[in-house]
Amino acid sequence: MASKNLEAPRNADAHAAVNKTYEWGFSSDIEQDFAPKGLTEDTVRFISAKKNEPEWMLAWRLKAYRHWLTMEMPDWAKLNVEPIDYQDAYYYAEPKAKPKLGSLDEVDPEILRVYEKLGIPIEEQKVLAGVEGARKIAVDAVFDSVSVATTFRKELEEAGVIFRSISEAVREFPELVKKWLGKIVPMHDNFFATLNCAVFSDGTFVYIPEGVRCPMELSTYFRINAENTGQFERTLIIAEKGSYVSYLEGCTAPMRDENQLHAAVVELVALDDAEIKYSTVQNWYPGDENGKGGIYNFVTKRALCQGRNSKVSWTQVETGSAITWKYPSCVLAGENSIGEFYSVAVTNNHQQADTGTKMIHLGKGSRSTIVSKGISAGVSNNTYRGLVRVGATAENVRNFTQCDSLLLGDKCGAHTVPYIEVKNPSAQIEHEATTSKISDDQMFYAMQRGLDQEAAVSLIVNGFAKEVLQQLPMEFAVEAQKLLGISLEGSVG
Amino acid sequence: MLKIDNLTNEIDGKAILKGLSLSINAGEIHAIMGPNGAGKSTLAYTLGGRPGYDVTGGTAEMDGANLLEMAPHERAAAGLFLGFQYPVEIPGVSNLQFLRESLNSQRRARAEAPLSGGEFIKLAKEKAALLGMDMEMLKRPVNVGFSGGEKKRAEMVQMGILDPKLAILDETDSGLDIDALKIVGAGINTIMRKPDRAVLLITHYQRLLDYVKPDFVHVLADGRITRTGGAELALELEREGYRELAA
Repeated sequence: MASKNLEAPRNADAHAAVNKTYEWGFSSDIEQDFAPKGLTEDTVRFISAKKNEPEWMLAWRLKAYRHWLTMEMPDWAKLNVEPIDYQDAYYYAEPKAKPKLGSLDEVDPEILRVYEKLGIPIEEQKVLAGVEGARKIAVDAVFDSVSVATTFRKELEEAGVIFRSISEAVREFPELVKKWLGKIVPMHDNFFATLNCAVFSDGTFVYIPEGVRCPMELSTYFRINAENTGQFERTLIIAEKGSYVSYLEGCTAPMRDENQLHAAVVELVALDDAEIKYSTVQNWYPGDENGKGGIYNFVTKRALCQGRNSKVSWTQVETGSAITWKYPSCVLAGENSIGEFYSVAVTNNHQQADTGTKMIHLGKGSRSTIVSKGISAGVSNNTYRGLVRVGATAENVRNFTQCDSLLLGDKCGAHTVPYIEVKNPSAQIEHEATTSKISDDQMFYAMQRGLDQEAAVSLIVNGFAKEVLQQLPMEFAVEAQKLLGISLEGSVG
Repeated sequence: MLKIDNLTNEIDGKAILKGLSLSINAGEIHAIMGPNGAGKSTLAYTLGGRPGYDVTGGTAEMDGANLLEMAPHERAAAGLFLGFQYPVEIPGVSNLQFLRESLNSQRRARAEAPLSGGEFIKLAKEKAALLGMDMEMLKRPVNVGFSGGEKKRAEMVQMGILDPKLAILDETDSGLDIDALKIVGAGINTIMRKPDRAVLLITHYQRLLDYVKPDFVHVLADGRITRTGGAELALELEREGYRELAA
């Protein structure tokens, strides 16, 4: 078993290709411990040992790894993916200076500076600094493979809420983790999910007890810093009967010439009358304007609305990544359960996105809403792919789907691929789709009122995406609006 | 304030303006009338800097600055406002958001401090009241679902808020009923009838000029100003038609 660092590259090596438009592209000189390069059973054992995991967890990982060896990467999406050499990556990187959990003061200041640069909203910084009156958001910060800080733990615990890194949860709450881990996204679900089961490094665990409304927004910031490193985080959120939680995640990465793999798994479960609101602002490095570098974002996110009247709402703003492959889904098993999916996906330059959702209606009277806004610019391709399935015994199901595409320029593509499978005749399914362009009339009108070209594009695009943006918690909405503008800079004219 | 000399332009290779000259001083209201296809809207778009309206000769200056070298948003910041014949819809963007961003963008370009949310709302309320427009309308997306008359009225509210030096109003009277016409006319007078402001009204008909009395009336035909006179010229045109007078 490889238990020491065979290689420990530094992160500060110069990166020649500097693309000024990606503000978050800096890398930080933080000493890291790496797992040996490549993926073998030893890598899996190394990660498990690093985490001081119990035997059952290791056994689970190894089972996943062995199954993964028999699987092939899916190729049904409308994506053009260069072959990935899974042996040419690091599967684990952790900051050398071990942070103590519980207080941000004890975190390596270099890492804190990274989060500061990332522009975690100022209000939040104030709260972290103890300024009164600012709205509270509890933060879990995941740096490469490790969770470095979870804030407001005490206050949350008083409410009975568990907000931990998943590594801690495996050790401290093994029964809860065992009960749900891999139950919503099964170990054998798909190539990337299985890979994640084998090598997941860290992520967030949230447990909201019965009847508790989580007293603050929970938030995780994911940051890939180390070079040649994949990030495989795992998130598990359990909302017991009658509980409520709003959870936000944000992600960025340095600019690297090579592609980096991000294969996360997110599992949510909502019991009777529980509600989970899950918001994502994804801004992984998209690669440069020639399509070099960028994150491969291959993510499996699924919610189980198990309880009666349970509700899960996914909201995502996807602006980053070279390739996005993700379909946050809801299995609506509970009677009268509700699933929602609100998405804005922006692709520019050579970015590719194939994203959408699956709404699997099993419960009677279950309802779902899908609003997808795709914005394509440059020579990018943006695909909405969605499935609405109604089981034979699910009476009186309703679904409403709206897919709008906005094109900037004439070299990009927008595609809509809806799948509808209905086995119960009482279902009401509606699907609306539109494709439009930013018109010269709109541009001139906005510019005649005083906006420069980029401000005009940003305004029009934000208007197009408004129905989705307004689903975001306010702090994120502001960030997301800016991000939309920045992502499209230089795309018109 | 505005000095146009021998302006010529082409759209898709076709000459539209063929040596147009016009001077407008501060404090003046000018009206341009003329038949369809004479180049009235082209003049408005060309002065606004719309891409595709390429100037092939002549000059256009505003307060001594060369308009033709400026981007559309720079012309706006310099004080030029274009009231559109067909105001454009911007779904999902409220009038208030649109105007606040536009105004503050202009102010920043002029090195003035941007207005806060509170200051802006106060200003918007005042200008909306002037044009008899409900604030609720301004919370709705720009021109989306507005009737023809509402769009034109909204253009005037925009003009009030942006407070330009020179307003070029392209067929602002089209689509308005008599009541709306009165309100819009009164709005133009209140907002723009000042010693340091000027207006260029582009219109087919005399009826707006009953409410906004022009100091000068020009006839635009075949890309040139063919005749200039006082307010009485508009009445004459109404009686005689363009064909007689354009020659």
